[in-house]
Amino acid sequence: MVKVEFLGPIGKEPMQVEAKDLKELAKILKQDSEIAKWLSECAVAVNDKLVKTLDIKLQDGDKVSLLPPVCGG
Amino acid sequence: MLEIYPGELDVEVIFAKWRKWGANKNYGAFITFVGTVRKEGGIEALSFDLYKPILQQWFDEWQERAKERGAYLCMAHSVGNVPVHTSSYMAAVFSPKRRVALELIDEFVEDFKANAPIWKYDVKNGERIYARDRSQKIEGSGLLDI
Repeated sequence: MVKVEFLGPIGKEPMQVEAKDLKELAKILKQDSEIAKWLSECAVAVNDKLVKTLDIKLQDGDKVSLLPPVCGG
Repeated sequence: MLEIYPGELDVEVIFAKWRKWGANKNYGAFITFVGTVRKEGGIEALSFDLYKPILQQWFDEWQERAKERGAYLCMAHSVGNVPVHTSSYMAAVFSPKRRVALELIDEFVEDFKANAPIWKYDVKNGERIYARDRSQKIEGSGLLDI
């Protein structure tokens, strides 16, 4: 199982999903309309490292975080 | 040094602490930036969430860049509500000479706005409203939108 965290204003509780890579995870998240609307705006981190490619295998216990648009200061 | 505080920053205390830290390290320049919440659009306060693990990495990478130029960075940020006319953000650069500090404070604060994992909300009538129109997508966003 992979833990998915929704940061900042997304306001969803973390969820546990079965996904072998980020492509598969994307398909699962698209099925939830509340989450799907954030996907085009969010950066993605795997185990707290920002990633820029979908070619990332996921393993049991990995954490994926979705980071919506930011504005500090 | 990266510091996170609940609510508004005590600017004088943080400034004094940083200045004291740098006092005997032979830096010739010390530049600070203080961000203060403006009264506009009917807000009572701004409110902030942040994600410390990635914020710390982002900051550490900047600290490395500063070190390569002989400089040192400090930053403080609030979480939770910060009332109007108080401060939510401070940044500072120490460097041997002024030019590096002047350049770094500009580059650092601009990149902070674009990439630090911090989320801002307007507070109106006690309600938090995500400041989407003032927010920027982090580089590489939309990866899962396939």
